[in-house]
Amino acid sequence: MSTTTSDVGLQQLTFVRKPDGLVTRLFDYKPFLVFLCMLPTIGLLVVFLTYPLGLGLWLSMTDATIGQPGEFIGLDNFLYLLEDPIFWMSVTNTIFYTTVATAGKFVLGLWLAMLLNHHIPFKAFLRAIVLLPWIVPTVLSSIAWWWIYSPQFSIISYIVVDVLHLKDHYINFLGTPWPARWSLIAANIWRGIPFVAITLLAGLQTISPSLYEAALLDGASGWQKFRRITVPLLMPILAVALTLSVLFTFSDFQLVYAITRGGPFNTTHLMATLAFQRAIPGAQLGEGAAIAVSMIPFLIGATLLCFFGVGRRKWQQGEAND
Amino acid sequence: MAITRRDSLALGAAALGVSSIPIIGAHATVDDVPTADVKPPEYKIEQGASLDMIRPAKFVEPDEVYWKKNTEEFSKKTGVEVKVDFLSWEDLRPQLAVVANTGAGADLFVSFGADPHIYADKLVEMTDLAEYLGAKYGGWYDLAMLYGRKWNTKNWLALPLGGGTGPVMYRKSWVNEVGYNEIPNDLEKFLDLCQKLQKSGHPFGMSLGHALGDANGFSEWLLWTHNAFVVDQNGKVALDSKETIAALKYATELQKTMIPGTLTWNDVGNNQAYQSGAIGMTFNGVSLYYSMLKSPDPKVNAMAADTQVQDTPYGFSTRKPMTAAPISAMLFKHSKYPNAAKEYIRFMMEKDQYGMWLSSCLGYWCQPLKAYSKMNFWNSDPKLKPFSAALDSPFYDGYKGPISSASAAVIANYTVVDMFASVVTGASAPEAAAKQAARAAERYYKKA
Repeated sequence: MSTTTSDVGLQQLTFVRKPDGLVTRLFDYKPFLVFLCMLPTIGLLVVFLTYPLGLGLWLSMTDATIGQPGEFIGLDNFLYLLEDPIFWMSVTNTIFYTTVATAGKFVLGLWLAMLLNHHIPFKAFLRAIVLLPWIVPTVLSSIAWWWIYSPQFSIISYIVVDVLHLKDHYINFLGTPWPARWSLIAANIWRGIPFVAITLLAGLQTISPSLYEAALLDGASGWQKFRRITVPLLMPILAVALTLSVLFTFSDFQLVYAITRGGPFNTTHLMATLAFQRAIPGAQLGEGAAIAVSMIPFLIGATLLCFFGVGRRKWQQGEAND
Repeated sequence: MAITRRDSLALGAAALGVSSIPIIGAHATVDDVPTADVKPPEYKIEQGASLDMIRPAKFVEPDEVYWKKNTEEFSKKTGVEVKVDFLSWEDLRPQLAVVANTGAGADLFVSFGADPHIYADKLVEMTDLAEYLGAKYGGWYDLAMLYGRKWNTKNWLALPLGGGTGPVMYRKSWVNEVGYNEIPNDLEKFLDLCQKLQKSGHPFGMSLGHALGDANGFSEWLLWTHNAFVVDQNGKVALDSKETIAALKYATELQKTMIPGTLTWNDVGNNQAYQSGAIGMTFNGVSLYYSMLKSPDPKVNAMAADTQVQDTPYGFSTRKPMTAAPISAMLFKHSKYPNAAKEYIRFMMEKDQYGMWLSSCLGYWCQPLKAYSKMNFWNSDPKLKPFSAALDSPFYDGYKGPISSASAAVIANYTVVDMFASVVTGASAPEAAAKQAARAAERYYKKA
């Protein structure tokens, strides 16, 4: 009986439902469907990410100039750069600039964040004010810094020489390589502090006050509270902020280009400014692209270092800390 | 962003514009330009023609006002509508590359220096028009021919419209005070003057930093006064020479007399220093003088009155060792109305239009055609005199080689400027710096 009914059922089923067409089967095929659903995203990535990156890579292997499409020359541009002292100076400058400026931003930014985390009058107003250097367009603040560092009209020189009489001549901030580098780093730190401070402040506010209360009851000192509670709990956001900050600093362009344009005699060029200088005003698109492409390994390296060095602790994956 | 010499000029010109623009609409004729009787070429304007033109943005108000006014007159006369875009200087070259490479967009493009040579195969030659204008207006200056014509030929790639230059500007009273009546042409005497100016507290100042116009102009002056040059007639790099070494040594001595900090100056650095009275002498375009003349501050006006302008010292050169940056009009092959375009340029270069434009631009643009140097306004102020012959020089960026993308790249990359800067600061020995710079220049010339 049962077999008969099921037979009938089957017959009816086969009668009602025709064999699947190719299209239907294709759409039922899971890998294909997955691929299909990813297409828009892939399209976006290709158009907006892969294509420009690929074009940059391609340009770096041609002798293109502005006005001429250029021919494939393999690694010629890179080989030339290997022997180019100005390129190597820009590499060491960039690493130095990034390391020192990032360290400065984090020390001062963390300090500022902890100050702002206290209950102070006009808290919201103060926090908004702190963001100013970050909000002001960099070109504008660069021009302000350029005035501050001017050999003839510097406010710092004015105060030191004409008001306080500490020196008898104006300071030549940007005229020689090392003072110029330090001046640029100071400007970069000034601009970067708000980002670090506000990000870390957000992190600080997620730390439960009860932890500090418990520490207080245990008689922990201020330093111990900072070392054992604040720092470990701030680590995840610190890692993200550090990575972003390193990337921003490494690829900084506007500050340097507006204040020194890489001068005096190329000693303050960063890789980004040198790439622009060679590619656009210098019209050597291929060479400029090669410098820009040379930044990629450094950027990946810096990102990995920040991420693995700071961010990837066992407790972040839900395991016990060492 | 970079502030250029032109920006500072714009500031001065804003004040200037109000008082100096005559009433628009009144059709003036220009009667102080001697012309020869030459029949103009007959360009048959195409049916339904209209033109698109891109040119550099104004930095003195009358530049744009008169350009537009003359263009309107052309449209009224011929029925050809001309749309003129005034593009900021930084955007000009990328835009030109797009127009040239896509073969679409503007019919006419006005750009700087070597650009017509870089895009030579995309341009309609202007030889007939240039020959007519040359014959009618007393001939072209050397620099106009160098930049306008294809290297070593008589074929005009583009039509030069004008150019600007940067002679010596100095405070008369301060130079007199140290025993000089004018700026000496002899290099040793010039150095002596600079040393004395420094002692009297009114030093010389000129940038060897990354100031595109000023620093390149100054380092070229240093080279040419010593008979040194970047490349020879065949475009072979000849920078590493004993003349260059001599120029480097001279520059080192000169640098010692300058106000501190010149290496950090961009194109406005010397303008600011001069206008604040910190320096007594510099090389600059007319902009500096006019912004002082038109300043609301009477103290600054007095400085302008005390200012004198003279050609830069010649040194060992027999002709003025200072170049000018000419702008030229290029006509693209993709233009559907080449005749209308040529007729438009011809109209703009004729005396009733060009004379008005030139005299209103107050020496900011200087004529490429010799007859325009006879215009009365050039004599209205003795300080304008050196500007009246801006393009009368055999020197150009990349002298003595062909004008090309390589000569432009050497300028844009500060190759020669950095050579001087590294020596005057003691960072490099002259010999090593010359070798290094020659090597960098060779790379660009090999590609071109």
